[in-house]
Amino acid sequence: MLKPSHKRLVCGCFALLASGSAHAAAPAPTAFLDRVTWGVNEAVVRDVTARGQRDWLEQQLRAPAAPLPPDAQAQSDAMRISREPMTQLVVEMDAQNRAANALTDPDQRKTARDAYNKDMAELLREAQSRSLLRDLYAPGQLREQMTWFWFNHFNVQAGKRDIRTMVGDYEDQALRPRALGRFRDLLEATLRHPAMLRYLDNDQNAVGHINENYAREIMELHSMGVGSGYSQKDVQELARILTGVGVDLKPDAPRLKPQWQPLYVRSGLFEFNPARHDFGDKQFLGHTIKGSGFKEVEEALDLIAASPATAHHIALQLATYFTGDNPPQALVDRMAATFHRSDGDIAAVLRVLLRSPEFEASLGKQFKDPVHYAVSAVRLAYGNRVVLNTDPLNYWLQRMGEGLYAHETPDGFAMDAAAWTGPGQMETRFEIARSIGSGSAGLFKPRGGALPEQPAFPQIQNALFYQSLMQRLSPNTATVLTQARSPQEWNVLYLSSPEFMHR
Amino acid sequence: MHRRDLLKAAGALAPLVFAGRAFAAPAAGSSRLLLVFLRGAYDAANIVAPVGSDFYHQARPSLALAKPNPADPHAALPLDGDWGLHPALKDSIYPLWQAKQVAFVPFAGTDDMSRSHFETQDTIELGQPIGGSRNFRSGFMARLADALGQDRPIAFSDRVPLCFQGSDHLPVPNIALAGNLSGGIDPHQAQLIQAMYQDGKIDKNLSQAVAQGFAVRSTVAKSLADEMVQANRGAVLPKGFELSARRIGHLMRDQYNLAFVDVGGWDTHVNQGGAQGYLADRIGELGRGLAGFVQEIGPEAWRSTTVVVVSEFGRTFRENGDKGTDHGHGSVYWVMGGSVRGGRMVGPQVRVAAETLNQNRDLPVLTDYRGLVGGLVQRQFALGGDRLNMVFPTAKPVGLDLI
Repeated sequence: MLKPSHKRLVCGCFALLASGSAHAAAPAPTAFLDRVTWGVNEAVVRDVTARGQRDWLEQQLRAPAAPLPPDAQAQSDAMRISREPMTQLVVEMDAQNRAANALTDPDQRKTARDAYNKDMAELLREAQSRSLLRDLYAPGQLREQMTWFWFNHFNVQAGKRDIRTMVGDYEDQALRPRALGRFRDLLEATLRHPAMLRYLDNDQNAVGHINENYAREIMELHSMGVGSGYSQKDVQELARILTGVGVDLKPDAPRLKPQWQPLYVRSGLFEFNPARHDFGDKQFLGHTIKGSGFKEVEEALDLIAASPATAHHIALQLATYFTGDNPPQALVDRMAATFHRSDGDIAAVLRVLLRSPEFEASLGKQFKDPVHYAVSAVRLAYGNRVVLNTDPLNYWLQRMGEGLYAHETPDGFAMDAAAWTGPGQMETRFEIARSIGSGSAGLFKPRGGALPEQPAFPQIQNALFYQSLMQRLSPNTATVLTQARSPQEWNVLYLSSPEFMHR
Repeated sequence: MHRRDLLKAAGALAPLVFAGRAFAAPAAGSSRLLLVFLRGAYDAANIVAPVGSDFYHQARPSLALAKPNPADPHAALPLDGDWGLHPALKDSIYPLWQAKQVAFVPFAGTDDMSRSHFETQDTIELGQPIGGSRNFRSGFMARLADALGQDRPIAFSDRVPLCFQGSDHLPVPNIALAGNLSGGIDPHQAQLIQAMYQDGKIDKNLSQAVAQGFAVRSTVAKSLADEMVQANRGAVLPKGFELSARRIGHLMRDQYNLAFVDVGGWDTHVNQGGAQGYLADRIGELGRGLAGFVQEIGPEAWRSTTVVVVSEFGRTFRENGDKGTDHGHGSVYWVMGGSVRGGRMVGPQVRVAAETLNQNRDLPVLTDYRGLVGGLVQRQFALGGDRLNMVFPTAKPVGLDLI
């Protein structure tokens, strides 16, 4: 706690800055930015003010997957997952695992297995860290949010089998480049990625040994939505179409009969093996798909992506993510119509959403999920000063039950507020607010070294607060903030406030 | 924050009563249920072991427990002619068996044959009929809380588990009890934060959740005050699950009557050990924890308490080449309580032999857990058929005469 004299000094600063804000220009669109980015801060307000909101949004919708600011990009570049291609990582780790298991001496084997598990854990941590650095600092904030959205939509869980070696690539190569592109491309990119094929067991799906797991989730979760009119028979037929679509770690193609060799498809670890495929004709969504090999999958994906049910389901998911529970039906209908008309152009659908009056009306009212809560707190507290260690952030997400790549079931994390507003959840948030608000919580302590933590103290009571955020506070919150006994406590209270829980 | 401050914090928070639910102590004699979930599929066949079966000893040359023998401290403890208990439970669970306060239900589990941890854990937590479409927002403990109306549920875990999700009433609170519980918000800040949420414009559920979150923490802090006094005098506190379980006993004695806790670390594919080793250490800790729970909850509350220990599935009956076991099917569930008709092996059984294995791999399931737990809660909470059907739709309660 501050001594009384310091307390007076702090209060004096408040008054000075507050009076300064009276001369500021129109308030920054902080509510809008809180929704479209991973959290408002001074830098993004400067950016949007300079460009104008409409141009800034258009640029966000079109921005390519760009590098990070240098300090953050350097951290990302130093990672093993950035230096080695995924294919190589998976094969190396598989070899390490086999070598460990082949040891006959129990102690040697334990040592080797421990080393393997440590390396696997590190690959996962790198993927989490790279993703968080992008959420915190990428100029293309909308793309990063959409990358998280699509990951959750096409969820895989890192803990299953060897997915830890693949999950960074799945996000970086399959989802992120297509996050604002065509839905059809995204759907196929996930289908061709070994992380998805492993996670939903399609690498076990072969003629005579049908595994319906992935086929069902494509229809139920990834595209049309449960209860949208497809039948159990459609699921079974899609499973037949997907036979032979799998993963192969071996460098060479399998030996195949001559007539099958031209039908073999290989790209990295992805494989379509005609020897495992059911070549019978299929009846899928009212169409006959002739047995022909991987071309059947392309035809099936075309049908799925063009289905009105898919347009509606994706529109509903996007509207829920960006406006909150039970989005207005008229808005969802307009988005679905745009999805249909534009051949599934995600940016076009988002443009309809983000410029709509319904979106404007929802600002400030959506409860942040844990990822939004924690990331927006760090963005607000430290702006563009790049953290040296994302582990605390990662840990907070786990504590709140929304750890990156941690959702076990294919339905992804819940988007409804009720999933995140439980008593234990709120209490955990306040503790995290306390960690962030009263110091730097280890975010500026470099990993793995004896280096001391670099001095860092969050400055949430800054010009941005006085110029804009302050005006969004309820009288209750405003009154409580004046009772803070120190700047640290002020930070804790602000990060605990109802206003900061919403976006 | 120091422990002393936390104590003061607890005192200062005491007047912050909210909505009324969590703060009335249970009426004397009211029933309590604790579900203990062993995540990772514990190797039941080496804990409650069919030591009377020659096949058991053949199938597990390096893992099997020796037949009961008073002269051998590493031998199984006799349960009945067919079954023996792991010796690591000698001082914790075996006395409860002798006092007829624990029953074991062998060949228990689900119809879920996926042998996937995640899928089968979900199956159990959801408690919905197999084969239908799943509602991932409706767990059976939440439905039980709804069916009971005014009861006091809590999850002793870092997030609300699936089984407690989807209650119609107030959100179910959760708190992880492992380790040092200090580090929370101080009472002054807690009051300020609650004041921010008392605005009429804030969602009512959110205001309640905030108040309840602080209230739960304050309850826990108060409840653990004795423990902290002991700690300040230099007493050694138990660690790990035993610490959590003792705290749970304390809290269920005074505050909560419908609770969940999970214990991980049971996925023993390699080097699981026999009478000693990895699994023996884990089961020893579990046993000490549960015995500590019984001690803390005290004799009066124990009479109206039931503890059910479940796991997602059993493991392969034969040991594998790594001196471990792989994913299997049938398990052994435990039912403990002061009024449990224990000291016996309960439910349908078959002789354990190669030809009675499920798919020549693992133990069959002869008692479905929905029927087992359904039958238990029906007796314990006097649930009528309609309300029981809310908790476990379409399941037939199995009358094992456990209470």
